[in-house]
Amino acid sequence: MQELVIEANRSERHYWADLWKFRELLWILALRDVTVRYKQTVLGVAWSFVRPTLTTIIFVFTFSKVAKVPPEPNTPYAVMVLPAVLMWMFFSTALSTVSSSIVSNTNLVAKVYFPRLIIPLSSVVVGLIDFLIGATLLIPLFMWYHFTPGWQLIFAPFFLFLAFMAAFSFGLIFAALNVKYRDVSQLVPFLIQFGFYACPIAYSVRLIEKEWWYPLYNLNPIVGILDGFRWCLLGGNAPFRMASFVPSVVIIFAATLMAVIFFRKRENSFVDYI
Amino acid sequence: MAIIKVENISKKYIIDHQRKIKGPVGFKDLAAHYTKSFFNGAYRREMAETSNEKEEFWALRDVSFEIEAGDRVGIVGSNGAGKSTMLKVLSRITEPTSGRVTLRGRVASLLEVGTGFHPELTGRENIFLNGAILGMKREEIRRHFDAIVDFSGTEKFLDTPVKRYSSGMYVRLGFAIAAHLEPEIMIIDEVLAVGDADFQKKCLGKMRDVSDSGRTIIFVSHNLTAVQSLCNKSVFMQKGRLVDMGETSQVIASYMSKVRRTSLVQEWESVSIAPGNDQVRLKRVEVVPSYLGKQPRIDTRTPMTIRFEFWNLMKQADLNLSLHFNSVTGETVFNIATPILSSRQGIIRAETQIPGNFLNDGVYTLSIMVVKDMTTPILVVPETVTLEVEDFRENVAWYGKWPGAVRPRLPFTIEQVEEVAV
Repeated sequence: MQELVIEANRSERHYWADLWKFRELLWILALRDVTVRYKQTVLGVAWSFVRPTLTTIIFVFTFSKVAKVPPEPNTPYAVMVLPAVLMWMFFSTALSTVSSSIVSNTNLVAKVYFPRLIIPLSSVVVGLIDFLIGATLLIPLFMWYHFTPGWQLIFAPFFLFLAFMAAFSFGLIFAALNVKYRDVSQLVPFLIQFGFYACPIAYSVRLIEKEWWYPLYNLNPIVGILDGFRWCLLGGNAPFRMASFVPSVVIIFAATLMAVIFFRKRENSFVDYI
Repeated sequence: MAIIKVENISKKYIIDHQRKIKGPVGFKDLAAHYTKSFFNGAYRREMAETSNEKEEFWALRDVSFEIEAGDRVGIVGSNGAGKSTMLKVLSRITEPTSGRVTLRGRVASLLEVGTGFHPELTGRENIFLNGAILGMKREEIRRHFDAIVDFSGTEKFLDTPVKRYSSGMYVRLGFAIAAHLEPEIMIIDEVLAVGDADFQKKCLGKMRDVSDSGRTIIFVSHNLTAVQSLCNKSVFMQKGRLVDMGETSQVIASYMSKVRRTSLVQEWESVSIAPGNDQVRLKRVEVVPSYLGKQPRIDTRTPMTIRFEFWNLMKQADLNLSLHFNSVTGETVFNIATPILSSRQGIIRAETQIPGNFLNDGVYTLSIMVVKDMTTPILVVPETVTLEVEDFRENVAWYGKWPGAVRPRLPFTIEQVEEVAV
């Protein structure tokens, strides 16, 4: 018979096994969030297309037509921007939902045990589902502009994975802090707004490569993700940039490790502060 | 071997008094506050005081007990005794500050009915969601699905969002899911307080089945009648400590004698500290129950005498006393008044009898009013004593709240007048 010991600060030996045992809960919670979002809406899942489409149209108008931001060579501006918009939307919505995930699931945290990591994980999965639906928009767009991506496309899932881990790890730290300090829920939207300009979404890195602060710019781990994703989708028209790729991978890996340790240390007392 | 072993469990909370009083402190207030106190030199003193205002509160203190497999254990105690904290520790929702719990077997805790139900989702979707939250596999839920639906009696509404459910249906569905868990240890918190008669009977029956099949139940409730009918052992907790553990009837008796009687008498030793004014002051309020059984327990059958004494500080006055018997929600159940008494300076006593089988179960507060010349209230004391009347039932298998302001036992007959084939 399974024996379970509860003690102060005891790191549960079965934690990772438990996490695996509760994997169905992960899907069900993600499914819940997806289903609930489109209940009582007329457009339903179509909203996953509407948001990136409208954003791209606005970008094309503001940045390309008005501000005359040059795209990557041989690439229509819309083709350059949509992948970045999709990726950024995935990262930013996942980051904000993960950050508030523990607090918004107070009813569960206060009433029943399961590995708390399930909650933030399911929040990222929700974002991922959204992304995958939205990403189908790329097909008609590329067909319209007769644009074909190259062999680099096979690396796209890797950058998606990086974005997943980035949103998960940073979100995890915020989620644990948010339990005690609700300041986090004020801070995160601001960070996201700020991050939009600090990442190559509406513009190409080409424009700033020569600046003296370019190495600092690359310390933003999201830059590496967006650079890489652009490289995957635009074939030879956007270069692979080691300068942003390496910091991105290192920072996200380290952040994930730290975030999980940080979260695990606090999760047993969430209910006392929530 | 004990299935649950609790060893010296303590749980400490830090109460931040400053926050408690002022609510969440914004940075602006804080800055203003400290700037001001810095400039008038009170900064240091202020800091010292602030840190002192953090107080430790032990919700559980050195609690140890063991539970054998197949036991149905009730945890009783008044509010703040640490019952809920104990359940939270046992169900791994919060960790103890010190001590150790060993659980041998799969635990399911039911601290709430329908945990995680999402109002927008349908009954069907919520069965899977709630089942997964409680730790059931999808396969398991599917296997029990029909039984759950059948038990809850919601088949017609399976595809309706639960936000459209009545509260009864909601609770029934929630309990039905939990009832089909198959844990070795089941932890239940006051979930019987809701639901209609039929359903409660079903729940108690189900819980008995569960324990008859050798599983262990821990049950926390304020409803002593339910604890008595369901649990063979009980744990009595007070102020975070374990006071007594043993056979239910004996534990409940000790609980009654320790907790309940203390508030039945209120007495002020000297005139100076007694509530009142320079005309009259209250001296003593006392509720004297005539207990029916061996247990010192006031239930709906218990007759009692209520006695008031007060000082009349005036030379001569025409006084009478008015008693308001208020329910916990503040409504007056009844109001009675004594005849008028031409009183001289000294101690005046008033007494009334409350018959058995008259009050409903619940918590009551007695407020009194001293009236001069039948017109002018000269003293009003809103809450003199608080009194709890326990529920008592015979030959009923229903433990929901008995409705009504009072619960008189009036003659009410039923007979077959005629036998007719219709």
